[in-house]
Amino acid sequence: MNKNKWGFIILGLAIFVIGITFPFWYGKGKSTPPPLLSLDTPAITALTEKRCVEDTAFMRANHMKLLDAWRDEAVREGHRLYTAKNGRTFEKSLTGTCLQCHSNKEQFCDRCHNYVGAKPSCFNCHIIPGEVKQ
Amino acid sequence: MNLLISIVAVLILMLLAMGMTMNHVTIYFLTAIAPYAAIAVFLAGFIRRILLWAKSPVPFRIPTTCGQEKSLPWIKSSPLENPSGLPGVIGRMALEVLLFRSLFRNTDVEMIDGRPVYGSASWLWFFGLVFHGSLLVIILRHLRFFTEPILPGIAGLTAVDGFLELAIPTLYLSDVMLLAAVIFLFVRRIINAPLRYISLAADYFALLLIAAIAVTGLWMRHIQPTDLEQVKALVMGWVTLSPHSPQGVGVVFFIHLFLICVLLAWFPFSKLMHAGGVFLSPTRNLANNSRSQRHMNPWNGPVLVHTYEEYEDEFRDKMKAAGLPVEKE
Ligand code: HEC
Ligand code: HEC
Ligand code: HEC
Repeated sequence: MNKNKWGFIILGLAIFVIGITFPFWYGKGKSTPPPLLSLDTPAITALTEKRCVEDTAFMRANHMKLLDAWRDEAVREGHRLYTAKNGRTFEKSLTGTCLQCHSNKEQFCDRCHNYVGAKPSCFNCHIIPGEVKQ
Repeated sequence: MNLLISIVAVLILMLLAMGMTMNHVTIYFLTAIAPYAAIAVFLAGFIRRILLWAKSPVPFRIPTTCGQEKSLPWIKSSPLENPSGLPGVIGRMALEVLLFRSLFRNTDVEMIDGRPVYGSASWLWFFGLVFHGSLLVIILRHLRFFTEPILPGIAGLTAVDGFLELAIPTLYLSDVMLLAAVIFLFVRRIINAPLRYISLAADYFALLLIAAIAVTGLWMRHIQPTDLEQVKALVMGWVTLSPHSPQGVGVVFFIHLFLICVLLAWFPFSKLMHAGGVFLSPTRNLANNSRSQRHMNPWNGPVLVHTYEEYEDEFRDKMKAAGLPVEKE
Protein backbone atom coordinates (compact mmCIF):
# COMPACT_ATOMS: atom_id res chain seq x y z
CA MET A 1 0.00 0.00 0.00
CA ASN A 2 2.86 2.36 0.81
CA LYS A 3 4.11 2.42 -2.77
CA ASN A 4 0.58 3.12 -3.94
CA LYS A 5 0.19 5.85 -1.35
CA TRP A 6 2.34 8.37 -3.15
CA GLY A 7 0.62 7.51 -6.40
CA PHE A 8 -2.72 8.42 -4.86
CA ILE A 9 -1.34 11.58 -3.25
CA ILE A 10 0.12 12.80 -6.55
CA LEU A 11 -3.07 11.92 -8.41
CA GLY A 12 -5.23 13.73 -5.87
CA LEU A 13 -3.05 16.82 -5.83
CA ALA A 14 -2.92 16.89 -9.64
CA ILE A 15 -6.72 16.78 -9.83
CA PHE A 16 -6.91 19.50 -7.19
CA VAL A 17 -4.44 21.85 -8.90
CA ILE A 18 -5.94 21.33 -12.35
CA GLY A 19 -9.43 21.88 -10.96
CA ILE A 20 -8.53 25.09 -9.18
CA THR A 21 -6.57 26.56 -12.09
CA PHE A 22 -9.13 25.36 -14.62
CA PRO A 23 -10.21 28.86 -15.82
CA PHE A 24 -6.60 29.74 -16.63
CA TRP A 25 -6.17 27.07 -19.25
CA TYR A 26 -9.80 26.82 -20.37
CA GLY A 27 -9.54 30.10 -22.30
CA LYS A 28 -5.99 29.19 -23.43
CA GLY A 29 -4.88 32.63 -22.28
CA LYS A 30 -6.65 34.35 -25.16
CA SER A 31 -8.00 37.68 -24.05
CA THR A 32 -11.67 38.05 -24.85
CA PRO A 33 -12.83 41.63 -25.10
CA PRO A 34 -16.20 42.49 -23.60
CA PRO A 35 -18.95 42.41 -26.22
CA LEU A 36 -19.52 45.39 -28.47
CA LEU A 37 -22.92 46.83 -27.74
CA SER A 38 -24.44 48.28 -30.83
CA LEU A 39 -26.51 51.44 -30.45
CA ASP A 40 -26.95 51.68 -34.18
CA THR A 41 -30.72 51.57 -34.51
CA PRO A 42 -32.99 53.94 -36.45
CA ALA A 43 -34.69 55.15 -33.25
CA ILE A 44 -31.43 55.93 -31.48
CA THR A 45 -29.81 57.54 -34.53
CA ALA A 46 -32.82 59.83 -34.71
CA LEU A 47 -32.27 60.99 -31.12
CA THR A 48 -30.75 64.40 -30.72
CA GLU A 49 -29.46 63.61 -27.27
CA LYS A 50 -28.18 60.04 -26.94
CA ARG A 51 -29.68 59.23 -23.59
CA CYS A 52 -31.28 56.13 -22.21
CA VAL A 53 -34.26 56.26 -19.86
CA GLU A 54 -31.96 57.03 -16.97
CA ASP A 55 -28.23 57.70 -17.05
CA THR A 56 -26.06 55.00 -18.56
CA ALA A 57 -24.31 53.84 -15.38
CA PHE A 58 -27.66 53.39 -13.66
CA MET A 59 -29.11 51.53 -16.64
CA ARG A 60 -26.18 49.18 -16.94
CA ALA A 61 -26.51 47.94 -13.38
CA ASN A 62 -30.17 48.48 -12.57
CA HIS A 63 -32.24 47.97 -15.72
CA MET A 64 -33.67 44.67 -14.43
CA LYS A 65 -34.83 46.37 -11.26
CA LEU A 66 -36.34 49.15 -13.31
CA LEU A 67 -38.14 46.68 -15.55
CA ASP A 68 -39.35 44.76 -12.55
CA ALA A 69 -40.77 47.93 -11.03
CA TRP A 70 -42.31 48.92 -14.36
CA ARG A 71 -44.01 45.59 -14.73
CA ASP A 72 -45.49 45.60 -11.27
CA GLU A 73 -46.64 49.19 -11.51
CA ALA A 74 -48.07 48.82 -14.99
CA VAL A 75 -49.77 45.48 -14.59
CA ARG A 76 -50.84 45.59 -10.97
CA GLU A 77 -51.43 49.26 -10.34
CA GLY A 78 -52.19 50.52 -13.80
CA HIS A 79 -49.63 53.35 -13.68
CA ARG A 80 -48.30 53.18 -17.18
CA LEU A 81 -46.25 56.36 -17.34
CA TYR A 82 -42.74 56.65 -15.98
CA THR A 83 -41.15 59.98 -15.26
CA ALA A 84 -37.38 59.84 -15.42
CA LYS A 85 -35.16 61.79 -13.05
CA ASN A 86 -34.65 64.50 -15.64
CA GLY A 87 -38.41 64.88 -16.21
CA ARG A 88 -38.88 63.00 -19.49
CA THR A 89 -41.75 60.55 -19.58
CA PHE A 90 -41.81 57.03 -20.98
CA GLU A 91 -44.48 54.42 -21.31
CA LYS A 92 -43.69 51.56 -18.90
CA SER A 93 -43.35 48.91 -21.53
CA LEU A 94 -40.76 46.33 -22.41
CA THR A 95 -41.48 45.93 -26.09
CA GLY A 96 -43.03 49.34 -26.51
CA THR A 97 -40.21 51.37 -24.93
CA CYS A 98 -36.91 49.52 -24.45
CA LEU A 99 -37.14 47.60 -27.69
CA GLN A 100 -38.32 50.62 -29.67
CA CYS A 101 -34.97 52.31 -29.15
CA HIS A 102 -32.96 49.11 -28.72
CA SER A 103 -34.64 47.36 -31.65
CA ASN A 104 -31.42 45.45 -32.30
CA LYS A 105 -31.99 43.15 -29.32
CA GLU A 106 -29.54 40.58 -30.64
CA GLN A 107 -26.68 43.02 -30.94
CA PHE A 108 -27.51 44.78 -27.71
CA CYS A 109 -29.39 43.02 -24.91
CA ASP A 110 -28.42 39.50 -25.98
CA ARG A 111 -24.74 40.22 -26.47
CA CYS A 112 -24.37 41.54 -22.97
CA HIS A 113 -26.56 38.84 -21.43
CA ASN A 114 -24.67 36.05 -23.19
CA TYR A 115 -21.42 37.49 -21.92
CA VAL A 116 -22.52 37.46 -18.28
CA GLY A 117 -24.70 34.39 -18.60
CA ALA A 118 -28.04 36.05 -17.90
CA LYS A 119 -31.17 34.50 -19.38
CA PRO A 120 -34.19 36.75 -18.98
CA SER A 121 -37.31 34.70 -19.55
CA CYS A 122 -39.36 37.77 -20.54
CA PHE A 123 -39.32 37.02 -24.22
CA ASN A 124 -41.13 33.73 -23.77
CA CYS A 125 -44.19 35.97 -23.76
CA HIS A 126 -43.17 39.46 -24.83
CA ILE A 127 -42.58 40.01 -28.50
CA ILE A 128 -39.38 41.20 -30.08
CA PRO A 129 -40.32 43.75 -32.79
CA GLY A 130 -37.94 42.52 -35.50
CA GLU A 131 -38.99 38.90 -35.18
CA VAL A 132 -42.63 39.59 -35.93
CA LYS A 133 -41.86 40.87 -39.40
CA GLN A 134 -39.70 37.88 -40.32
CA MET B 1 -15.87 36.21 23.97
CA ASN B 2 -14.65 34.03 21.13
CA LEU B 3 -17.78 35.00 19.27
CA LEU B 4 -17.07 38.67 19.83
CA ILE B 5 -13.51 38.32 18.55
CA SER B 6 -14.64 36.77 15.31
CA ILE B 7 -17.47 39.26 14.77
CA VAL B 8 -14.97 42.09 15.24
CA ALA B 9 -12.49 40.35 12.94
CA VAL B 10 -15.02 40.08 10.11
CA LEU B 11 -16.13 43.68 10.63
CA ILE B 12 -12.54 44.91 10.54
CA LEU B 13 -11.96 43.01 7.30
CA MET B 14 -15.06 44.58 5.78
CA LEU B 15 -14.01 48.06 6.88
CA LEU B 16 -10.54 47.41 5.52
CA ALA B 17 -12.01 46.52 2.14
CA MET B 18 -14.17 49.64 2.21
CA GLY B 19 -11.14 51.72 3.10
CA MET B 20 -9.21 50.23 0.22
CA THR B 21 -11.76 51.46 -2.30
CA MET B 22 -10.77 55.03 -1.43
CA ASN B 23 -7.75 55.39 -3.66
CA HIS B 24 -6.34 54.00 -6.88
CA VAL B 25 -3.30 52.27 -5.49
CA THR B 26 -5.27 50.20 -3.01
CA ILE B 27 -7.95 49.43 -5.60
CA TYR B 28 -5.19 48.15 -7.84
CA PHE B 29 -3.91 46.05 -4.95
CA LEU B 30 -7.37 44.69 -4.28
CA THR B 31 -8.25 43.84 -7.87
CA ALA B 32 -4.92 42.87 -9.35
CA ILE B 33 -2.55 41.69 -6.61
CA ALA B 34 -4.64 40.31 -3.76
CA PRO B 35 -6.49 37.71 -5.88
CA TYR B 36 -3.28 36.24 -7.29
CA ALA B 37 -1.61 36.29 -3.88
CA ALA B 38 -4.63 34.59 -2.31
CA ILE B 39 -4.74 31.85 -4.95
CA ALA B 40 -0.99 31.29 -4.66
CA VAL B 41 -1.15 31.01 -0.86
CA PHE B 42 -4.18 28.74 -1.17
CA LEU B 43 -2.54 26.35 -3.62
CA ALA B 44 0.88 26.27 -1.97
CA GLY B 45 -0.55 26.02 1.54
CA PHE B 46 -2.98 23.28 0.54
CA ILE B 47 -0.27 21.20 -1.12
CA ARG B 48 2.11 21.70 1.81
CA ARG B 49 -0.53 20.59 4.28
CA ILE B 50 -1.40 17.50 2.23
CA LEU B 51 2.26 16.52 1.88
CA LEU B 52 2.77 16.93 5.64
CA TRP B 53 -0.15 14.65 6.30
CA ALA B 54 0.99 12.20 3.64
CA LYS B 55 4.42 12.00 5.26
CA SER B 56 3.13 11.22 8.74
CA PRO B 57 3.62 7.53 9.40
CA VAL B 58 0.55 5.33 9.66
CA PRO B 59 2.08 1.91 10.27
CA PHE B 60 -1.04 0.07 11.33
CA ARG B 61 -4.60 -0.22 10.16
CA ILE B 62 -7.09 1.58 12.34
CA PRO B 63 -10.19 -0.57 12.19
CA THR B 64 -13.32 1.25 13.20
CA THR B 65 -16.15 -0.80 14.51
CA CYS B 66 -18.84 0.38 12.11
CA GLY B 67 -19.42 -3.02 10.54
CA GLN B 68 -18.34 -6.64 10.52
CA GLU B 69 -14.84 -7.15 9.24
CA LYS B 70 -14.26 -9.62 6.41
CA SER B 71 -13.14 -12.90 7.97
CA LEU B 72 -14.55 -16.36 7.41
CA PRO B 73 -16.69 -16.87 4.31
CA TRP B 74 -19.81 -17.78 6.30
CA ILE B 75 -19.67 -14.68 8.48
CA LYS B 76 -21.50 -11.87 6.75
CA SER B 77 -19.21 -8.85 6.42
CA SER B 78 -20.10 -5.30 5.52
CA PRO B 79 -17.75 -4.33 2.70
CA LEU B 80 -18.58 -0.61 2.73
CA GLU B 81 -18.53 0.02 6.47
CA ASN B 82 -15.47 -2.11 7.04
CA PRO B 83 -13.76 -2.60 3.69
CA SER B 84 -11.09 -5.19 3.13
CA GLY B 85 -9.62 -3.89 -0.13
CA LEU B 86 -9.23 -0.91 -2.41
CA PRO B 87 -12.71 -0.97 -4.04
CA GLY B 88 -14.36 -1.00 -0.62
CA VAL B 89 -12.16 1.86 0.55
CA ILE B 90 -13.11 3.90 -2.49
CA GLY B 91 -16.77 3.17 -1.79
CA ARG B 92 -16.46 4.16 1.85
CA MET B 93 -14.59 7.34 0.91
CA ALA B 94 -17.24 8.22 -1.67
CA LEU B 95 -19.98 7.76 0.95
CA GLU B 96 -18.02 9.94 3.32
CA VAL B 97 -17.22 12.72 0.87
CA LEU B 98 -20.53 12.82 -0.98
CA LEU B 99 -23.01 11.88 1.74
CA PHE B 100 -21.13 12.56 5.02
CA ARG B 101 -21.67 8.99 6.23
CA SER B 102 -19.89 9.53 9.56
CA LEU B 103 -21.91 12.58 10.43
CA PHE B 104 -25.08 10.59 9.87
CA ARG B 105 -24.05 8.33 12.73
CA ASN B 106 -24.22 11.23 15.14
CA THR B 107 -26.23 10.38 18.22
CA ASP B 108 -27.56 12.40 21.05
CA VAL B 109 -28.12 11.34 24.62
CA GLU B 110 -30.83 12.61 26.90
CA MET B 111 -31.81 11.78 30.47
CA ILE B 112 -35.34 10.46 30.50
CA ASP B 113 -36.68 9.23 33.84
CA GLY B 114 -33.18 9.16 35.20
CA ARG B 115 -31.97 6.86 32.47
CA PRO B 116 -29.78 7.92 29.56
CA VAL B 117 -31.59 7.43 26.27
CA TYR B 118 -29.72 7.51 22.99
CA GLY B 119 -31.27 8.65 19.76
CA SER B 120 -30.01 9.60 16.35
CA ALA B 121 -29.33 13.29 15.79
CA SER B 122 -29.06 13.96 12.11
CA TRP B 123 -29.80 17.66 11.91
CA LEU B 124 -26.13 18.46 11.74
CA TRP B 125 -25.76 15.91 8.97
CA PHE B 126 -28.71 17.36 7.08
CA PHE B 127 -27.64 20.98 7.28
CA GLY B 128 -24.03 20.04 6.69
CA LEU B 129 -25.04 18.35 3.47
CA VAL B 130 -27.25 21.28 2.44
CA PHE B 131 -24.44 23.71 3.24
CA HIS B 132 -21.76 21.92 1.24
CA GLY B 133 -24.11 21.11 -1.62
CA SER B 134 -25.25 24.66 -2.11
CA LEU B 135 -21.69 25.92 -1.75
CA LEU B 136 -20.68 23.61 -4.59
CA VAL B 137 -23.54 24.81 -6.79
CA ILE B 138 -22.70 28.44 -6.05
CA ILE B 139 -19.03 27.94 -6.91
CA LEU B 140 -19.95 26.18 -10.15
CA ARG B 141 -22.38 28.96 -11.04
CA HIS B 142 -19.61 31.51 -10.58
CA LEU B 143 -17.76 29.84 -13.45
CA ARG B 144 -19.90 32.01 -15.73
CA PHE B 145 -17.53 34.83 -14.82
CA PHE B 146 -14.40 32.74 -15.22
CA THR B 147 -14.99 31.21 -18.63
CA GLU B 148 -15.67 32.76 -22.01
CA PRO B 149 -17.52 31.24 -23.82
CA ILE B 150 -19.32 30.12 -20.69
CA LEU B 151 -18.64 26.49 -19.85
CA PRO B 152 -21.45 24.31 -21.20
CA GLY B 153 -23.64 22.96 -18.44
CA ILE B 154 -23.41 26.05 -16.29
CA ALA B 155 -26.48 27.54 -17.96
CA GLY B 156 -28.44 24.36 -17.27
CA LEU B 157 -27.33 24.27 -13.65
CA THR B 158 -28.25 27.93 -13.26
CA ALA B 159 -31.66 27.33 -14.78
CA VAL B 160 -32.36 24.42 -12.42
CA ASP B 161 -31.11 26.46 -9.47
CA GLY B 162 -33.42 29.32 -10.36
CA PHE B 163 -36.37 27.27 -11.55
CA LEU B 164 -38.83 29.02 -9.25
CA GLU B 165 -38.26 32.22 -11.27
CA LEU B 166 -39.09 34.23 -8.19
CA ALA B 167 -38.16 37.89 -8.34
CA ILE B 168 -35.96 39.65 -10.86
CA PRO B 169 -33.16 38.72 -11.15
CA THR B 170 -34.20 35.17 -10.36
CA LEU B 171 -33.66 34.00 -6.81
CA TYR B 172 -31.41 30.96 -6.68
CA LEU B 173 -32.39 28.10 -4.39
CA SER B 174 -28.78 27.41 -3.53
CA ASP B 175 -28.45 30.93 -2.12
CA VAL B 176 -31.45 30.44 0.15
CA MET B 177 -30.28 27.02 1.27
CA LEU B 178 -26.76 28.25 1.95
CA LEU B 179 -28.05 31.05 4.14
CA ALA B 180 -30.41 28.71 5.99
CA ALA B 181 -27.62 26.23 6.61
CA VAL B 182 -25.14 28.88 7.77
CA ILE B 183 -27.71 30.25 10.17
CA PHE B 184 -28.37 26.75 11.53
CA LEU B 185 -24.68 25.97 11.96
CA PHE B 186 -24.11 29.31 13.65
CA VAL B 187 -27.12 29.16 15.97
CA ARG B 188 -26.22 25.58 16.88
CA ARG B 189 -22.87 26.75 18.19
CA ILE B 190 -24.44 29.48 20.26
CA ILE B 191 -27.50 27.75 21.68
CA ASN B 192 -25.92 24.45 22.58
CA ALA B 193 -23.96 25.12 25.80
CA PRO B 194 -21.39 22.30 25.53
CA LEU B 195 -20.77 23.26 21.94
CA ARG B 196 -20.40 26.91 22.83
CA TYR B 197 -17.85 25.91 25.45
CA ILE B 198 -15.63 24.14 22.94
CA SER B 199 -16.05 26.71 20.14
CA LEU B 200 -12.97 28.72 19.30
CA ALA B 201 -12.87 32.09 17.64
CA ALA B 202 -11.77 30.36 14.43
CA ASP B 203 -14.94 28.24 14.46
CA TYR B 204 -17.17 31.29 14.46
CA PHE B 205 -14.88 33.15 12.10
CA ALA B 206 -15.21 30.50 9.38
CA LEU B 207 -19.00 30.64 9.53
CA LEU B 208 -19.19 34.41 9.76
CA LEU B 209 -16.75 34.89 6.89
CA ILE B 210 -18.75 32.60 4.63
CA ALA B 211 -21.99 34.24 5.75
CA ALA B 212 -20.57 37.68 4.99
CA ILE B 213 -19.49 36.55 1.54
CA ALA B 214 -22.94 35.13 0.87
CA VAL B 215 -24.72 38.24 2.09
CA THR B 216 -22.57 40.62 0.03
CA GLY B 217 -23.14 38.38 -2.98
CA LEU B 218 -26.91 38.42 -2.52
CA TRP B 219 -26.78 42.14 -1.90
CA MET B 220 -25.15 42.70 -5.29
CA ARG B 221 -27.72 40.55 -6.99
CA HIS B 222 -30.98 41.54 -5.37
CA ILE B 223 -30.60 44.83 -3.56
CA GLN B 224 -27.96 46.93 -5.25
CA PRO B 225 -27.14 45.34 -8.60
CA THR B 226 -23.58 45.60 -9.76
CA ASP B 227 -22.46 46.08 -13.33
CA LEU B 228 -21.72 42.45 -14.09
CA GLU B 229 -20.18 43.20 -17.45
CA GLN B 230 -17.39 45.08 -15.67
CA VAL B 231 -17.10 42.30 -13.13
CA LYS B 232 -16.73 39.69 -15.82
CA ALA B 233 -14.18 41.82 -17.67
CA LEU B 234 -12.19 42.04 -14.43
CA VAL B 235 -12.32 38.30 -13.85
CA MET B 236 -11.40 37.50 -17.45
CA GLY B 237 -8.51 39.90 -16.98
CA TRP B 238 -7.20 37.76 -14.11
CA VAL B 239 -7.66 34.60 -16.09
CA THR B 240 -5.74 35.94 -19.08
CA LEU B 241 -3.09 37.42 -16.78
CA SER B 242 -3.84 40.99 -17.79
CA PRO B 243 -5.77 42.42 -14.85
CA HIS B 244 -7.26 45.87 -15.02
CA SER B 245 -9.36 47.78 -12.52
CA PRO B 246 -13.10 47.77 -13.10
CA GLN B 247 -15.06 50.98 -13.53
CA GLY B 248 -18.21 51.76 -11.64
CA VAL B 249 -18.68 48.65 -9.55
CA GLY B 250 -19.84 49.37 -6.04
CA VAL B 251 -18.11 49.10 -2.69
CA VAL B 252 -20.03 45.91 -1.94
CA PHE B 253 -18.23 44.14 -4.76
CA PHE B 254 -14.86 45.04 -3.28
CA ILE B 255 -15.92 43.75 0.12
CA HIS B 256 -17.11 40.51 -1.49
CA LEU B 257 -13.83 40.15 -3.36
CA PHE B 258 -11.64 40.96 -0.39
CA LEU B 259 -13.43 38.55 1.93
CA ILE B 260 -13.01 35.78 -0.65
CA CYS B 261 -9.29 36.53 -0.88
CA VAL B 262 -9.06 36.32 2.91
CA LEU B 263 -10.97 33.04 2.90
CA LEU B 264 -8.69 31.54 0.26
CA ALA B 265 -5.50 32.64 1.96
CA TRP B 266 -6.67 31.50 5.39
CA PHE B 267 -8.05 28.18 4.18
CA PRO B 268 -4.88 26.06 4.26
CA PHE B 269 -4.16 27.09 7.85
CA SER B 270 -7.63 26.57 9.19
CA LYS B 271 -10.00 23.76 10.02
CA LEU B 272 -11.43 24.21 6.55
CA MET B 273 -8.57 21.98 5.42
CA HIS B 274 -10.89 19.10 6.21
CA ALA B 275 -11.67 19.43 2.51
CA GLY B 276 -8.34 17.77 1.78
CA GLY B 277 -7.99 16.08 5.13
CA VAL B 278 -10.99 13.81 4.72
CA PHE B 279 -9.13 11.94 1.99
CA LEU B 280 -6.18 11.39 4.30
CA SER B 281 -8.10 10.21 7.36
CA PRO B 282 -6.57 6.87 8.36
CA THR B 283 -9.86 5.59 9.73
CA ARG B 284 -11.47 6.20 6.33
CA ASN B 285 -8.77 5.46 3.78
CA LEU B 286 -7.21 2.26 5.09
CA ALA B 287 -8.67 -1.13 4.33
CA ASN B 288 -9.19 -3.22 7.45
CA ASN B 289 -7.06 -6.20 6.48
CA SER B 290 -5.26 -6.64 9.77
CA ARG B 291 -6.27 -10.28 9.94
CA SER B 292 -5.27 -11.28 6.43
CA GLN B 293 -2.01 -9.34 6.21
CA ARG B 294 0.74 -8.70 8.71
CA HIS B 295 1.62 -5.03 9.10
CA MET B 296 5.13 -4.48 10.43
CA ASN B 297 6.03 -1.29 12.13
CA PRO B 298 8.59 0.06 9.63
CA TRP B 299 10.70 1.88 12.19
CA ASN B 300 11.10 -0.99 14.63
CA GLY B 301 14.79 -1.09 15.54
CA PRO B 302 16.69 -4.41 15.57
CA VAL B 303 16.03 -6.10 18.92
CA LEU B 304 18.95 -7.91 20.56
CA VAL B 305 17.69 -11.34 21.61
CA HIS B 306 19.45 -14.01 23.60
CA THR B 307 17.67 -17.31 23.01
CA TYR B 308 17.64 -20.22 25.46
CA GLU B 309 19.90 -22.28 23.17
CA GLU B 310 22.52 -19.54 23.21
CA TYR B 311 22.14 -19.24 26.98
CA GLU B 312 22.67 -22.96 27.41
CA ASP B 313 25.71 -22.94 25.10
CA GLU B 314 27.21 -20.19 27.19
CA PHE B 315 26.61 -21.74 30.62
CA ARG B 316 26.45 -25.49 29.88
CA ASP B 317 29.52 -26.36 31.96
CA LYS B 318 28.30 -24.41 34.92
CA MET B 319 24.80 -25.81 34.66
CA LYS B 320 26.10 -29.34 34.52
CA ALA B 321 28.39 -28.67 37.45
CA ALA B 322 25.41 -27.44 39.45
CA GLY B 323 23.40 -30.50 38.44
CA LEU B 324 20.86 -28.59 36.40
CA PRO B 325 19.19 -30.43 33.50
CA VAL B 326 20.35 -29.36 30.04
CA GLU B 327 18.72 -30.03 26.70
CA LYS B 328 21.87 -30.77 24.70
CA GLU B 329 24.65 -32.84 26.15
C1 HEC C 1 -35.08 56.87 -25.99
C2 HEC C 1 -34.45 55.69 -26.48
C3 HEC C 1 -34.11 54.64 -25.43
C4 HEC C 1 -35.00 53.94 -24.69
C5 HEC C 1 -36.52 54.06 -24.63
C6 HEC C 1 -34.23 53.00 -23.92
N1 HEC C 1 -32.89 53.18 -24.18
FE1 HEC C 1 -31.38 52.16 -23.33
N2 HEC C 1 -30.05 53.39 -24.24
C7 HEC C 1 -30.37 54.37 -25.15
C8 HEC C 1 -29.17 55.06 -25.55
C9 HEC C 1 -29.08 56.21 -26.54
C10 HEC C 1 -28.11 54.46 -24.81
C11 HEC C 1 -26.63 54.83 -24.87
C12 HEC C 1 -26.31 55.79 -23.76
C13 HEC C 1 -24.85 56.13 -23.72
O1 HEC C 1 -24.11 55.67 -24.59
O2 HEC C 1 -24.47 56.79 -22.76
C14 HEC C 1 -28.70 53.42 -24.01
C15 HEC C 1 -27.99 52.60 -23.15
C16 HEC C 1 -28.53 51.53 -22.47
C17 HEC C 1 -27.80 50.61 -21.66
C18 HEC C 1 -26.30 50.67 -21.37
C19 HEC C 1 -25.53 50.12 -22.53
C20 HEC C 1 -24.08 50.47 -22.52
O3 HEC C 1 -23.54 50.69 -23.60
O4 HEC C 1 -23.47 50.49 -21.47
C21 HEC C 1 -28.68 49.67 -21.20
C22 HEC C 1 -28.38 48.49 -20.33
C23 HEC C 1 -29.96 50.03 -21.71
N3 HEC C 1 -29.83 51.14 -22.48
C24 HEC C 1 -31.12 49.34 -21.46
C25 HEC C 1 -32.38 49.82 -21.72
C26 HEC C 1 -33.60 49.25 -21.19
C27 HEC C 1 -33.69 47.99 -20.35
C28 HEC C 1 -34.61 50.03 -21.62
C29 HEC C 1 -36.09 49.90 -21.26
C30 HEC C 1 -36.36 50.12 -19.88
C31 HEC C 1 -34.04 51.07 -22.43
N4 HEC C 1 -32.67 50.92 -22.47
C32 HEC C 1 -34.77 52.06 -23.06
C33 HEC C 1 -31.63 54.68 -25.63
C34 HEC C 1 -32.80 54.18 -25.11
C1 HEC D 1 -45.97 34.46 -18.69
C2 HEC D 1 -45.76 35.43 -19.75
C3 HEC D 1 -44.92 36.66 -19.35
C4 HEC D 1 -43.60 36.65 -18.98
C5 HEC D 1 -42.65 35.48 -18.86
C6 HEC D 1 -43.26 38.04 -18.76
N1 HEC D 1 -44.35 38.83 -18.98
FE1 HEC D 1 -44.39 40.85 -18.81
N2 HEC D 1 -46.33 40.86 -19.26
C7 HEC D 1 -47.09 39.76 -19.54
C8 HEC D 1 -48.47 40.16 -19.73
C9 HEC D 1 -49.63 39.25 -20.07
C10 HEC D 1 -48.50 41.57 -19.53
C11 HEC D 1 -49.71 42.49 -19.59
C12 HEC D 1 -49.69 43.30 -20.83
C13 HEC D 1 -50.42 44.60 -20.64
O1 HEC D 1 -51.15 44.75 -19.66
O2 HEC D 1 -50.17 45.46 -21.45
C14 HEC D 1 -47.15 41.97 -19.24
C15 HEC D 1 -46.76 43.28 -19.04
C16 HEC D 1 -45.47 43.69 -18.79
C17 HEC D 1 -45.06 45.08 -18.68
C18 HEC D 1 -45.90 46.32 -18.83
C19 HEC D 1 -46.61 46.42 -20.16
C20 HEC D 1 -45.75 46.34 -21.41
O3 HEC D 1 -46.23 46.71 -22.48
O4 HEC D 1 -44.61 45.91 -21.37
C21 HEC D 1 -43.72 45.07 -18.45
C22 HEC D 1 -42.79 46.26 -18.25
C23 HEC D 1 -43.31 43.68 -18.38
N3 HEC D 1 -44.39 42.88 -18.61
C24 HEC D 1 -42.01 43.27 -18.15
C25 HEC D 1 -41.63 41.96 -18.13
C26 HEC D 1 -40.29 41.53 -17.86
C27 HEC D 1 -39.12 42.46 -17.57
C28 HEC D 1 -40.27 40.18 -17.92
C29 HEC D 1 -39.06 39.24 -17.72
C30 HEC D 1 -38.45 39.27 -16.45
C31 HEC D 1 -41.60 39.74 -18.23
N4 HEC D 1 -42.41 40.85 -18.34
C32 HEC D 1 -41.99 38.44 -18.39
C33 HEC D 1 -46.64 38.45 -19.64
C34 HEC D 1 -45.38 38.02 -19.34
C1 HEC E 1 -24.37 46.21 -20.19
C2 HEC E 1 -24.87 44.88 -20.28
C3 HEC E 1 -26.37 44.67 -20.44
C4 HEC E 1 -27.20 45.13 -21.43
C5 HEC E 1 -26.81 45.99 -22.63
C6 HEC E 1 -28.51 44.65 -21.13
N1 HEC E 1 -28.49 43.91 -20.00
FE1 HEC E 1 -30.08 43.05 -19.08
N2 HEC E 1 -28.87 42.30 -17.65
C7 HEC E 1 -27.53 42.55 -17.55
C8 HEC E 1 -27.04 41.96 -16.35
C9 HEC E 1 -25.59 41.99 -15.85
C10 HEC E 1 -28.12 41.33 -15.70
C11 HEC E 1 -28.14 40.58 -14.38
C12 HEC E 1 -27.87 39.13 -14.60
C13 HEC E 1 -27.72 38.39 -13.34
O1 HEC E 1 -27.74 38.95 -12.25
O2 HEC E 1 -27.54 37.19 -13.48
C14 HEC E 1 -29.26 41.58 -16.57
C15 HEC E 1 -30.52 41.12 -16.28
C16 HEC E 1 -31.63 41.46 -17.02
C17 HEC E 1 -32.96 41.03 -16.69
C18 HEC E 1 -33.35 40.15 -15.50
C19 HEC E 1 -32.91 38.73 -15.77
C20 HEC E 1 -33.33 37.71 -14.75
O3 HEC E 1 -32.50 36.86 -14.45
O4 HEC E 1 -34.46 37.78 -14.29
C21 HEC E 1 -33.79 41.54 -17.64
C22 HEC E 1 -35.28 41.37 -17.72
C23 HEC E 1 -32.97 42.29 -18.58
N3 HEC E 1 -31.65 42.21 -18.16
C24 HEC E 1 -33.45 42.94 -19.68
C25 HEC E 1 -32.65 43.60 -20.61
C26 HEC E 1 -33.13 44.18 -21.82
C27 HEC E 1 -34.57 44.17 -22.28
C28 HEC E 1 -32.06 44.71 -22.44
C29 HEC E 1 -32.00 45.43 -23.79
C30 HEC E 1 -32.87 46.58 -23.93
C31 HEC E 1 -30.90 44.49 -21.63
N4 HEC E 1 -31.30 43.80 -20.51
C32 HEC E 1 -29.61 44.90 -21.92
C33 HEC E 1 -26.75 43.24 -18.41
C34 HEC E 1 -27.19 43.90 -19.55
